[in-house]
Amino acid sequence: MNERSSDSATPRKLSGAEIIWECLERLGVEHVFGYPGGAILPTYDALTKSRVHHVLVRHEQGATHMADGYARASGRVGVALATSGPGATNMVTGIATAMMDSSPIVCITGQVGSAVLGSDAFQETDITGITIPITKHNYLVTRADEIAVSLREAFHIAASDRPGPVLVDITKDAQLGSCEFDWELAAPRVHRQVPDFFPDPAQLNQAAALINESQRPVILAGHGIILSGAGEEVRRLAETADIPVALTLLGLGAFPASHSLNLGMMGMHGEAWVNQAIQESDLLIALGMRFDDRVTGKLNTYAQKAKKIHVEIDRAEINKNVHVDAPLIGDLRAILQRLLPLVKPNRHSEWWSQVHVSKQDSAVRDIQNLPDNGHLYAAHVINDLWRETKGDAVIVTDVGQHQMWEAQYYHHEKPRSLITSGGLGTMGFSLPAAIGAKFARPDAEVWVVAGDGGFQMTMAELATIVQEKLNVKIAIINNGYLGMVRQWQEFFYEGRYAGTPLLSPDYVKLAEAYGIPGLMVSERSQVVPALHTSRFHAGAALIDFRVEQEDSVYPMVPAGADLHAMIRRPTPLVERPTDD
Amino acid sequence: MTEREKTHTFVVYVENKPGVLNRIASLFRRRGYNIESLTVGHTERPNISRMTIVSSIGEGAAHRVEANIYKLVNVLSVEDVTHATTISRSLALIKVVASEESRHRLMEIVRVFRARVVDLAPRSLIIEITGAEDKIHALVDVLRPFGILEMVRTGQVVMRRGVQERVETSSPKAAEDDTRRSKQKTGSGPSGANALVEAEHPGSV
Repeated sequence: MNERSSDSATPRKLSGAEIIWECLERLGVEHVFGYPGGAILPTYDALTKSRVHHVLVRHEQGATHMADGYARASGRVGVALATSGPGATNMVTGIATAMMDSSPIVCITGQVGSAVLGSDAFQETDITGITIPITKHNYLVTRADEIAVSLREAFHIAASDRPGPVLVDITKDAQLGSCEFDWELAAPRVHRQVPDFFPDPAQLNQAAALINESQRPVILAGHGIILSGAGEEVRRLAETADIPVALTLLGLGAFPASHSLNLGMMGMHGEAWVNQAIQESDLLIALGMRFDDRVTGKLNTYAQKAKKIHVEIDRAEINKNVHVDAPLIGDLRAILQRLLPLVKPNRHSEWWSQVHVSKQDSAVRDIQNLPDNGHLYAAHVINDLWRETKGDAVIVTDVGQHQMWEAQYYHHEKPRSLITSGGLGTMGFSLPAAIGAKFARPDAEVWVVAGDGGFQMTMAELATIVQEKLNVKIAIINNGYLGMVRQWQEFFYEGRYAGTPLLSPDYVKLAEAYGIPGLMVSERSQVVPALHTSRFHAGAALIDFRVEQEDSVYPMVPAGADLHAMIRRPTPLVERPTDD
Repeated sequence: MTEREKTHTFVVYVENKPGVLNRIASLFRRRGYNIESLTVGHTERPNISRMTIVSSIGEGAAHRVEANIYKLVNVLSVEDVTHATTISRSLALIKVVASEESRHRLMEIVRVFRARVVDLAPRSLIIEITGAEDKIHALVDVLRPFGILEMVRTGQVVMRRGVQERVETSSPKAAEDDTRRSKQKTGSGPSGANALVEAEHPGSV
């Protein structure tokens, strides 16, 4: 929690609007991403007296993604602010995105006066009703003296346990009303603080025994490792017992890509050898992941030979998709710290040689090995970006083919270096989320990697970048299609490209219209120079990469198919080994 | 879902606040599960309400719903009491056609079922019955030939027999003490916070 120690000054009389900012300051909030409007005007008026920096967005969806990007880049709670009605409903996509990916954000919305609630007043919408299924919790606040406790609880709930979004809807009269402000009295009154489950020694012993006896173990490393800060414990577990580590999309960065025990990404577009290893494993150790359908493929045939240990903070995830032999419920880091002393040092050389055989078989189809025929493939762009930034940048992706190529070809060494919408798959996420990430980590090199489809959904936030003088770099992977959908149409709908060919504006001119320098790249040889120019430009820069139009992401497990039944790149393209 | 459906009964303790019912109902709705009956009322503790929810769903679905109800901030505890030994009651008011001739036979039925006649009108009477669902079903079946004009039923209320330990965390401070342990379904151990939620179901006392 990022609460500052509170000074116990005597209670002062403050307006509800003033209390909002006072609370945000005391909760350690430095930036709020918002858009003003009628029902939140009293709060904006009080902003003039606050130290909190307000970032004016161009659409409230952007505000929620910025708060989300801020939270994912820093681990702190991100805050979005909007007015009632359309302001609030525009936040829905961003809230659902944060919910699916367990991202701690607090959304504050203005609401019409409490006297007219339910009367279809101008810009009234039942946003607490709308967001019940997509928030961890939400509040309808109708009195000034409820604001402080609601906000403190909202921050507590958003950040604790399995993190997630919390919405606080505050009526205009609550903002205008005033009351004695007492920080101490407004302490969160959450009845139950989780995690309140801890595995007992018998369960830990059972899990340790499974690990010690396993011949072909695989660790499934998920987002929970990053949320729990358990990277070091996971590394120790893997090294002690010599266990290969497969990562989920949101787990990338939780375990260093360069580590010899790192297998790579699992799932629908995971590496073939990773999925193969999972299918042949005799023990899956699932750490902070939820057996999403995108990582399991067909459940009936998923890792049938493997026993499963599931370490997870959310009890509702246990046995949800996959039957688990040894569930360990609670904070991942705390559990691993108790489990580690029980795990015996081990070597699995036979298992590793088995894994390496399938790895070599797959490598020949790798696009990095493609001879340079002058065509520009997205994988080249991502791979060159990785090399140029030495894997040190924070990459914020959109959703689609480029997202998968990023996951395959940008090798993440550190937690919170990849920010991507996994669960909801929200196109338009990248640009605003990158803005949030840049505010969270101003010293980091932040790159947007977006497709031409997703980028056009939220590109209005270019103005926010310029207004805030942010140094965010943008790489558009432009293939003239909604690429992932086109790929599905090619594979599963006999190539009928309905609704997927996509016109783009001239992105270089567009960037220039905002005062951002732009470059267009269509050949492989131009990639590195363009990246170089953009990286060393002092401010924001955009590159429009015109890549191969009908390329597909390989390998691919079709939705609902067996995890080991992958569609491979049609022909082995290798003529020469990789020049790494 | 190919799971076999079965009537599951959940007992949920919640904070008595606006919107809580909506949050809980929403967890059933989004999964396409129908709620057969639902009762809410005050409990022995101030500001805490108790819900009894009956739904015909599969075993896995019941587990998922229970786990997700538990995650709601306003929920103090939830228990699927389907497999526990419980006392279950609901109440029905049944208005039946009652002519001079049939009235005596109806009175006889009422006596056998230990129901009560709570209103007598020239051509009808209202019978009140309290009991387990099957008893009410049985009475309704017997009354049907007379002509049921109207019927209203409360949902089921359920209580476990005997004494169960119930400790809930009431302050964040207490909860922050991570040395506490709670008992889990899959293991044994000292019972602690939320023992009600996770307590294995002992036989009737």
